[in-house]
Amino acid sequence: MTAPALTARQLTIGYRRRSKGDIVLAQGLDLDLQCGALVGLLGPNGVGKSTLLRTLAGMQKPLAGRVLIKGRDGASLTPQMRARHLSLVLTEAPQPDLMNGYALVALGRHPHSDWLGRLTEADHRAVAWAIHAVGADDIAEQPLAKLSDGQRQKLMIARALAQEADVMLLDEPTAYLDLPRRVETMQLLKDLARSAARAILISTHDLDLALRSCDQLWLMSAAGIVGGAPEDLVLAGRLGETFSADGIRFDARSGAFLLNTAPGRRVRVDGEGAGAIWMRRALTRNGYSLTDESSAIEVRQRSNGVGQLWQISLQGRSSEHATIQAVLDALESEGA
Amino acid sequence: MSQLAGKAVHHAPASKRIGARKASHRRPASWASRQFSGARPLVLILLLTLLGALLLLSLALGSAVIPLDQIVNVLLSGEADKPAWTNIVLKFRLPKTMTATLAGMALGVSGLLMQTWFRNPLAEPFVLGVSSGASLGVALVVLTAGAGGGALLAGLGLAGDLLLTAAAGLGAAVTMGLVLLVAARIQSSVTLLILGLMFGYLVAALVSLLLYFALPERIQAYINWTFGSFSGVTGAQLPLLAIIVLAGLLLAAALVKPLNALLLGEDYARSLGVDLKPTRIGIVLATALLVSAVTAFCGPIAFIGIAVPHLCRALLASADHRLLLPGTCLAGACVALCASIIAELPGNNLVLPLNVVTALLGAPVVMLVVLRAMRGAP
Repeated sequence: MTAPALTARQLTIGYRRRSKGDIVLAQGLDLDLQCGALVGLLGPNGVGKSTLLRTLAGMQKPLAGRVLIKGRDGASLTPQMRARHLSLVLTEAPQPDLMNGYALVALGRHPHSDWLGRLTEADHRAVAWAIHAVGADDIAEQPLAKLSDGQRQKLMIARALAQEADVMLLDEPTAYLDLPRRVETMQLLKDLARSAARAILISTHDLDLALRSCDQLWLMSAAGIVGGAPEDLVLAGRLGETFSADGIRFDARSGAFLLNTAPGRRVRVDGEGAGAIWMRRALTRNGYSLTDESSAIEVRQRSNGVGQLWQISLQGRSSEHATIQAVLDALESEGA
Repeated sequence: MSQLAGKAVHHAPASKRIGARKASHRRPASWASRQFSGARPLVLILLLTLLGALLLLSLALGSAVIPLDQIVNVLLSGEADKPAWTNIVLKFRLPKTMTATLAGMALGVSGLLMQTWFRNPLAEPFVLGVSSGASLGVALVVLTAGAGGGALLAGLGLAGDLLLTAAAGLGAAVTMGLVLLVAARIQSSVTLLILGLMFGYLVAALVSLLLYFALPERIQAYINWTFGSFSGVTGAQLPLLAIIVLAGLLLAAALVKPLNALLLGEDYARSLGVDLKPTRIGIVLATALLVSAVTAFCGPIAFIGIAVPHLCRALLASADHRLLLPGTCLAGACVALCASIIAELPGNNLVLPLNVVTALLGAPVVMLVVLRAMRGAP
């Protein structure tokens, strides 16, 4: 394995205060970010994800320890040198007036261009490549004011790409985007990590998406950071620990957080495919406990040749219903 | 969801391959030419032509009628047919014209610097409090001077003007030093903006206090200064004004790249390799130099600083400082020359206060331009 693109050694992050003692958010962090990997930084609000990213990006001084960028001490790099190795995307995509997408992405060439910021033919190629890599060819010539949040964020990512830095740090870049745009962005970042051999660290609250797309997760809690493959972390119960809160638990089987409710009546659902999956979710949502064993209440998926039907067996009586809502209503009216 | 994500994986490479073929045909240079479409250099050339015409007009117009060819003669050979004409052009009209040109450039560019740095369209050159400092200096001299001062001002002779210039310059320089000191320590531009505004209020209150206790004729002298004028600068003072303004403009020119990056905000600018502290100090120093010089020599000239950058953005349809900086220079000079010409239109002996002209005639024009530009945009 090659040397990591970004390394933190015994890093302590937080805020310095003049009189009352420093606010320490995390200490003794040892982190390695490899090229070619998409790493998700997850953790509850206020745990210090943004502070960590700002410290790694050199926008904030560490309270102790070092950040190494390509093996060189981050503190010794000039802003321009750092910008050649490390690019940044923040939550809010700025919307300067009278600028089009191309001009925005071209700003990413600043660490490489002369004092006037003039672009050479090579610079233009890098900009065009970055725009194409994020799939923004069609919006590059539009004024930014005309674009949606998702499109602007895409261009901001292209701008970071055009910087041709090995390390890309993203601080909740998808927070304002709708679900398809988030899926698209994560997929894009994953592709970029592979194809352009970038080391990408993204902080996000989108647990489900991070579990599905990141090569590694860094789980940040007050105790520090635990890293590993998403699945290993789930199976080791780390996700539950990181986000532990009253009334919520992480269900390793469904890969989602569930509300802690008093165990309800047990129901067995017989069936396969999407219908059974959503029936189970509906029952869980309404406070029933699912079981695989035979139970007093059973819901069976049936086909009557025309469409799907749900058959309920309840205390020996059975009835048939066409929709999930009808099943829920029937169960409730039976006092189950 | 997993199916949705899976589909995205399978489709992405295919669409990319198609796109890649297309992109290889597309010349990146065509994008570049879009970025600087031909209209913009044309606008700059038009502004330059307009500036040339206004310079000549400003030299040609006045209470004495001098033929245009005679003025050209004076400019080229330093001699007109009548010595009086030579005198009028070289001693009065040329300094006034050059002062208006320099002041317009200085105010336009410093307005641009402030608006970009604070990312606020309402920012103007005076938000740093430099002109407030100058006005305090002038108020102190005019309103509190002893008996000697009274006599001096009653005559309103050359010495009085010099004293006012010195007082305004000192006030502006002291404020500039304070602002630089604060800018070197405080990182947040918003904090500096608020400090500058509060300093302005503080000084305005002090000036009001001085006015409240001052004699009416002295108040008049102070108010005359606040009207602003391009006519007070003598040929001997002109080089000083020119050197300070040129220094400020050169400094601003050296900052165009970080200024472009600052359009994305300070965090992004830093991530693009901008060293914020020297940039901040450079912007504040350039603005303070430009504004101090203009305020000291011409008084607090309002409107040009806030309006010209907007005018230029609308005309050039660009946020790129490589275009906006020369644009604001030229447009600022044009606006200042227009105001100067209109304030002293021949045919009446009345010389209107400069600040009245800049705002009364300029504001509607800028409103029109900005509204039209907005209608063109979404």
